[in-house]
Amino acid sequence: MSPLPVRSRHLERLLELRRSATNHAVTALAVVSTVLVLVPLVAIVGYLIYKGASSLNLAFFTHLPAPVGEKGGGMANAIAGSGLLLGLASLMGIPLGIGAGVYLSEYAHGTWLGSAVRFTADVLNGVPSIVMGIAAYALIVARQQHFSALSGGVALAIMMVPTVTRTTEEMLATVPNPVREAALGLGIPKWRTVLSVSLRTASPGIITGCMLAFARVAGETAPLLFTAFGNQFWNLFNLNQPIAALPLQIYVYAISPYDDWHRLAWAGALVLVVMIMIAVTLVRIFANRGVLKGGH
Amino acid sequence: MGVDIRVENLNAWYGAVHTLHDVNLRIPANHATALIGPSGCGKSTFVRCLNRMHETNPAARAEGKVMMGDVDIFKDATPVEIRRRVGMVFQRPNPFPTMSIYDNVASGLKLNGFRNKRVLDEVVERSLRQAALWDEVKDDLKKKSGASISGGQQQRLCIARALAVDPEVLLMDEPASALDPVSTAKIEDLIFKLKSQYTIVIVTHNMQQAARVAENTGFFLMGKLVEFAATTKIFTNPSDKRTEDYITGRFG
Repeated sequence: MSPLPVRSRHLERLLELRRSATNHAVTALAVVSTVLVLVPLVAIVGYLIYKGASSLNLAFFTHLPAPVGEKGGGMANAIAGSGLLLGLASLMGIPLGIGAGVYLSEYAHGTWLGSAVRFTADVLNGVPSIVMGIAAYALIVARQQHFSALSGGVALAIMMVPTVTRTTEEMLATVPNPVREAALGLGIPKWRTVLSVSLRTASPGIITGCMLAFARVAGETAPLLFTAFGNQFWNLFNLNQPIAALPLQIYVYAISPYDDWHRLAWAGALVLVVMIMIAVTLVRIFANRGVLKGGH
Repeated sequence: MGVDIRVENLNAWYGAVHTLHDVNLRIPANHATALIGPSGCGKSTFVRCLNRMHETNPAARAEGKVMMGDVDIFKDATPVEIRRRVGMVFQRPNPFPTMSIYDNVASGLKLNGFRNKRVLDEVVERSLRQAALWDEVKDDLKKKSGASISGGQQQRLCIARALAVDPEVLLMDEPASALDPVSTAKIEDLIFKLKSQYTIVIVTHNMQQAARVAENTGFFLMGKLVEFAATTKIFTNPSDKRTEDYITGRFG
């Protein structure tokens, strides 16, 4: 290359200044966006601690709700109920969602059924959660003529399915095709390849998707209103009876006219958020154990 | 031990595109056979027909007869059975990224339900030694991921993985084209050693490579096998004008 003429060296310097200014501006924009995202999160958690932490004590985790006017009481049954409902929902929703995602990514290429499933999942994702509650009500509660833990679990499971399905499909799409071909080329049957190679390679992303779905339904109140219904007493084993749940209990306490119920509602919200954080963290630690890191 | 492969009137299509036209040839057992030709000439499609990998693309189709020993691969066996007898090494190293080096080599057996740990240990060591990788990885077998070693090592790992299921035929689709010269030389040494025990078919763009490792060479052009003969004949005294033009660099 010939050296630049003197005149355009000045121009070059100006261009360089512009490039560097643009670079700084875009970086600043990214930092500002990150802060804007973090502010509400930190503010909400902070406010929950400020309002709720003082009402937290051992009784909150061990006692049943106290009747109006009585001091004390806790949300033990609601904490356990939420755990049971979420367990039930995950048990039904995650396998179903992963199965549908596998179908979309590995088997349904170019088929109309595949497009239909994908479209349905996207629509289902946008359906208001109360509609899920009505669906579970119509499917189970209306037939059995009573509210039940099972119907609440089903409502939450239906909500989990589209998120899990679409993330599973998208994560499987990131598995390079040569990796699949390597497995098929070894004479490994397709179902084995999907299970032990494709799904295993995509598992970190799929687990993230499941956690997202889990965290989303953990705070859902509307689908539980006419399914799980809520319960002032213990119900741990009978899936055919109404069951308490933290979001329901928070809702009931928050719209009540009593100050100490309001305080308990704040504490309940704090516990719910912390429980979700712990669950997600535990799954991450557990899922990352024994996983070998690829790349250099 | 390897088997010979007899191909009669093999045709292949991708959708409406006719990519292989009436290919006929006989690949002798326990020798290396090179396939050369310009990009898009059908040589990769040809080797992918030999282990029925071609069919994994829903739009693809193949017709004709391929005898592997006395097995007609399209009539007498399922694709899964054929692929257990025919190993394949791809252009880019493709180890299973979430598996350890050990599990990569053992995968062909383990994922087919084989669980005897003592035998697996033996097979992993033998295969890695055959692929000249054992000394470099023996201390990290279960600690390192198959994707964490260098590109050249990854390709030898893929060869070890293919050898672990004890195939009769080894198909290599440009196995060294993504590697540096040192790694390429190692792969060529390997092919030289392995060809006494396996029937090796290697697709390559590198004519020196074909000349170095293969007894026989086939030249593909536009989906047709133009010429198939002893490598020395192809490179010194080809019968077809098009072969001569290609190897002297007049086109392609």
